[in-house]
Amino acid sequence: MSLRPTRPAGPLARSGGLFTLVFMAPFLLYVTAFLILPTLMLLATAFLGKHGPTLHYVAALGEGQTVVAFRNSIELSALAALVGLLVGGLAAYFVLRPGMPRGLRSLVTTFGAVAANFAGVPLAFAFIATLGSLGMITVWFKDIGVNLYGMGFTLYSMPGLVLVYAYFQVPLMIIVITPALEALRREWREAAENLGASTWDYWRHVGLPILLPSLLSAYILLFGNAFSAYATPYALTSGIVALVPVEISNVLSGNVMVSQQTGAALALGMIVVMVVVMGIYALIARRVGRWVKR
Amino acid sequence: MSRRTHNLIPGLGLGVIGLYFVIPLVATGAFSLWEGGDKYGLAAYAALIHQPKLWQSLGLSVRLAIQTILVGLVVLVPAVFWLNLRVQRLRPLFDFLSVLPFVVPPIALVAGMTTLYTGPDWFVGTANYLVVPYVILALPYTYRALDVGMRALDLKTLTEASQSLGAGWMTLIFRVVVPNLTTALIGAALLTIAIVMGEFTFANILLFNTFAVYIDYVGQTSATQAAALTLLSFLITWLAMLGVLFTGRGGRGQVQIGGAR
Repeated sequence: MSLRPTRPAGPLARSGGLFTLVFMAPFLLYVTAFLILPTLMLLATAFLGKHGPTLHYVAALGEGQTVVAFRNSIELSALAALVGLLVGGLAAYFVLRPGMPRGLRSLVTTFGAVAANFAGVPLAFAFIATLGSLGMITVWFKDIGVNLYGMGFTLYSMPGLVLVYAYFQVPLMIIVITPALEALRREWREAAENLGASTWDYWRHVGLPILLPSLLSAYILLFGNAFSAYATPYALTSGIVALVPVEISNVLSGNVMVSQQTGAALALGMIVVMVVVMGIYALIARRVGRWVKR
Repeated sequence: MSRRTHNLIPGLGLGVIGLYFVIPLVATGAFSLWEGGDKYGLAAYAALIHQPKLWQSLGLSVRLAIQTILVGLVVLVPAVFWLNLRVQRLRPLFDFLSVLPFVVPPIALVAGMTTLYTGPDWFVGTANYLVVPYVILALPYTYRALDVGMRALDLKTLTEASQSLGAGWMTLIFRVVVPNLTTALIGAALLTIAIVMGEFTFANILLFNTFAVYIDYVGQTSATQAAALTLLSFLITWLAMLGVLFTGRGGRGQVQIGGAR
């Protein structure tokens, strides 16, 4: 920052710490009361038993159903993020290729923004109407002699969930990776080609190494996005596939006979996963900044 | 190789991906018109129009969206204004707070809120309570939109000019700063609408009949009506996002992930 030798006289100069308090306090109080304190409350609830501090509830995260739920959630998110990364990355790359029709890009941007935000209960129902046991595509396939459900496919399973999650993961990937792809300069490719590099050589030694941090951070973002999804799996599977968010909601709704503390411990477990995920994201994002900004 | 054949594989690839996105919408549309057997018609829509619960839930969600926008702006506009004008050094804190809603998943936040706030009834007992977490859900988007908008303004000059003309802080914020932020505000508002109209987690756990909860409820009794509502919900998201894209061209990267997963 440069020095500011003269401060303006008049009302602006008089505004000191008091004004900072008046302008900032509502926001800071709001976030404290409705975001930070509830989170700390989870921490307290998970570690406090009837007779003082206890590790009982947190230790219970390592047991039976809970482990299954965490493993399912993490597997599902990892897979759904991978599908989003690959399909979304390819789609973004295809759209940006020279010679693609005009208007395609804005079509994809607009639809991507809508699809990335079209999730939850309606998304689950859209897929039930399409590929559910009585869905239009299922019935249509049956009419031409292909029994999807007879072949072992079911929408209410891990692969089914991945298929549905792709509907918001792919567009999100397109949105976050497009700036990074745009930053790949044409000159780099031309330079590589002039030096005798094939397409493969270019990607192997120039393109992918530059994109790697962006791809990693996109993957992590997609992972987090899938991990915290609740409405979609709730409406789609309602408990057939045990996932952490659905388990928490079962505790909160009193559907299962476990204590509130267990629910808090589950929620805390989710936050820990997200903290790790976002921490890695922040670290990589710092590195990405070097390439994307100029 | 000509350009046309060169783009054959990308074209095909995009076509297949496009089909994946279009087919569920078309199938949902067809499903909503299905009346059993080979009959197709508008029966599901006709039945829905006469459901008072649909209009109540839709009305509730719209009301919550508007309240969320207002509360969010009242809380954030002064803070982001002061941040940009005088206390730039607090920026890391704001950036940190604005990503916190991603770190604490909605289902975890609602778990924390239900243990922390058990009363009084006028606070947690009515659907208005949902506005409280919704402001938090919309916080990252509202903050970013406002921050991008204010960075583009010369706040110092605006402030000095209006104060030297005798304006107080309220006049300054509401008659000088806010009108200059129309684009950013509309973008933030539309994104908030998209989030709130689809929000399910809080409403479902706290037992309030918002639009998304109503869709889920209908889905348990009538699949065709649920399909019709799904299309309506898609239409709302579509309209909100078109609005964001057309107004918010300046604020790039504004449209990212919404609320209701």
